[in-house]
Amino acid sequence: MTLEITTARPESALLDLPWSTPLEEWPESHLAALPRGISRHVVRFVKLGPRVLAVKEIKDDIADREYAMLRSLRRLDVPCVEPFGVVHGRTTADGEPLDACLITRHLQFSLPYRALYSQNLRPDTAVRLMDALAVLLVRLHLEGFWWGDVSLSNTLFRRDAGAFAAYLVDAETGELHSRLSDGQREHDLDIARVNIAGELMDLAAGGFLEEHADPFEVSASIIERYHTLWHALTGTERFEAGDRWRVDERIRRLNELGFDVDELSITTDIGGTEIVITPKVVDAGHHSRRLLRLTGLDVGENQARRLLNDLDAYAAATDRQGDDEEIVAHDWLAKIYEPVTRAVPRELTGRLEPAEIFHEVLEHRWYMSERAGHDTPIEDALRDYVQTVLPAKPEEKAVLGVDTEEMPVISRFD
Amino acid sequence: MATVTFDNATRQYPGNPVPSVDKLNIEIADGEFLVLVGPSGCGKSTSLRMLAGLEEVNGGRILIGDRDVTNLSPKDRDVAMVFQNYALYPHMTVADNMGFALKIAGVDKAEIRKRVEEAAKILDLTPYLDRKPKALSGGQRQRVAMGRAIVRSPQVFLMDEPLSNLDAKLRVQTRTQIASLQRRLGVTTVYVTHDQVEAMTMGDRVAVLKDGILQQCDSPRRMYDHPANVFVAGFIGSPAMNLMNVAVTDGGVDLHGHTVPISREDLSGVGKDVTLGVRPEDLELSSDQSGIPVTVDVVEELGADAYIYGSTEQKLLEATGENAGAVPFIARVDGRRPPEKGEKIYLKPKAGHVHVFNSESGLRVGD
Repeated sequence: MTLEITTARPESALLDLPWSTPLEEWPESHLAALPRGISRHVVRFVKLGPRVLAVKEIKDDIADREYAMLRSLRRLDVPCVEPFGVVHGRTTADGEPLDACLITRHLQFSLPYRALYSQNLRPDTAVRLMDALAVLLVRLHLEGFWWGDVSLSNTLFRRDAGAFAAYLVDAETGELHSRLSDGQREHDLDIARVNIAGELMDLAAGGFLEEHADPFEVSASIIERYHTLWHALTGTERFEAGDRWRVDERIRRLNELGFDVDELSITTDIGGTEIVITPKVVDAGHHSRRLLRLTGLDVGENQARRLLNDLDAYAAATDRQGDDEEIVAHDWLAKIYEPVTRAVPRELTGRLEPAEIFHEVLEHRWYMSERAGHDTPIEDALRDYVQTVLPAKPEEKAVLGVDTEEMPVISRFD
Repeated sequence: MATVTFDNATRQYPGNPVPSVDKLNIEIADGEFLVLVGPSGCGKSTSLRMLAGLEEVNGGRILIGDRDVTNLSPKDRDVAMVFQNYALYPHMTVADNMGFALKIAGVDKAEIRKRVEEAAKILDLTPYLDRKPKALSGGQRQRVAMGRAIVRSPQVFLMDEPLSNLDAKLRVQTRTQIASLQRRLGVTTVYVTHDQVEAMTMGDRVAVLKDGILQQCDSPRRMYDHPANVFVAGFIGSPAMNLMNVAVTDGGVDLHGHTVPISREDLSGVGKDVTLGVRPEDLELSSDQSGIPVTVDVVEELGADAYIYGSTEQKLLEATGENAGAVPFIARVDGRRPPEKGEKIYLKPKAGHVHVFNSESGLRVGD
């Protein structure tokens, strides 16, 4: 058979990878990490030039399907890993056929949940992960995507200004529909609850879970969080015709949650005394889109919220609230944001994303000011942060996993 | 355990002019293994999901036992979707891996232990209950994953193409395991596959669907021997049944001097011709140049038997499903004296082994 590579980013170095060897036996010289993570399939991280790629060995049709699915999800602007390519037609030196490989790009500064739990964590980490996963699941469901295997292992987390943002990693079981039924959404939630409980119990059995965290309580909390958000985004609201301000209020509330309203249905009863509103199309990324438009910075939703607050504070402090927003944003970028992020010594840039460092410097300034009893200039906060806080942080640019056992359940037999 | 009833169950997607599942009627007995099979888009998965509560039912009802579950949420139906994607947790014991989902459901400890032990016995995992998954072989790990579904002791197991990501050899092994496990447990099971061989080897009964409509629901034997219509005839069986349109003569149909008798009663409702079906194993070589003339293109020798793939002037109907595509005439012949490639042979159906279908409606004529 002939080797056949489908990729959106043609890269000749792909041809140098040892495709005629089963993935499990790839030489260490090609690998960025030891085999890691619980997976039904062999997954390995591979160095390719400046990039790190995740390579998963699966059956040909499943590889194609997942590749296409990830591409569809990217087009829908759902947070998920970036598909890189599929390799078909692999054979060993003896001519034995090998399964196809699905290649995705490693998501920089992302953290698998097991890596998070091997660090010293803030006590509410599990809760913040549930928040992030609930947001991801709602976004997927709004697009009509049924996941089928919601779990912490199938998700990557990125720090997002004190919170986390979740990214879908594994779309193997997923299905894209025009709309999901309530039953499909409930089924996903049920799967999520059982999987997450299992994963947290496993952490507890391994001694990695904070003592007071109850796997069952934490895993059940995703359901409540999901429903609250789903209702806020899609629920129907009725009010008297005189209370028209409630239309704007609803939109403001959705913006605060980080969503833009693309389409809102407004109907009145026959007499016109009651108004009924239902958001029809909502788009995540309210703050990050605004920040991108103003500054060109592409960051997480909470990071964007944080940066926009600082931008507003800058406009107020420099008495430029009446000026053109884009010009103020340009000055803020040049005078505040970039000096901070550029001041990070090169050897520490792999610790956190620039926007996250900016967020932490702002936090640090707040603590310093509180201690001192007066405002601390950002330059002082930055100096102190880079000297005392950042060096103690772990490198997070390319965390690929922690030491766990490969556990193919379906794919191998006695 | 329970019976399952599809009562005129219908699913139509918004904006779709035709239902994806149209008035489905199947009664599944307590403990029965029913397989839904058909080509892609036939409605088999949709039917399963209607039963699971994942698809809305637009018309008709679905019952589990005597309970109408049509409008219940998935988790209130007491059904279990089985091993699509079970992970094993490395730090937990085999017993905990099997039983933890019951804890979530609030089952008490003693009951969990009891159910885990029972499942372990069935799965030959008793000696390993206190070990970690790492210490198990691949096959044992697979059985632990099955155990996770079994301990829930649901009323119905649902399986949607569970073998689709296995290679051919594992598929056959796992197929046997699932079938024998289901028989030992005696839990009503609905299983979806596109593979008719899987359907025929696993199911107590097989339901064939096409375009959202149930074509036939019967035991594998009955399905094979008495396909209800041309579609089922062409879909079930590998290699596929030979299907051809032939003219009706007095008392039967004529195959180049060989008359296949069909009763007058059966022929009364049909037009000028009928569709005749003969399975490859139901043909024999004719000694007198009567029967279907076939030019041998390929001989596939299998030892005791040989299959010949040939061409004929007889107009053949295309088979369906995985049998679709090219339509050679296929016959099984004695493996010790197979005809040679290029040879012209004459084949006759064995007496009583023909299937006759109305060439317009496609429905079976006679028994």
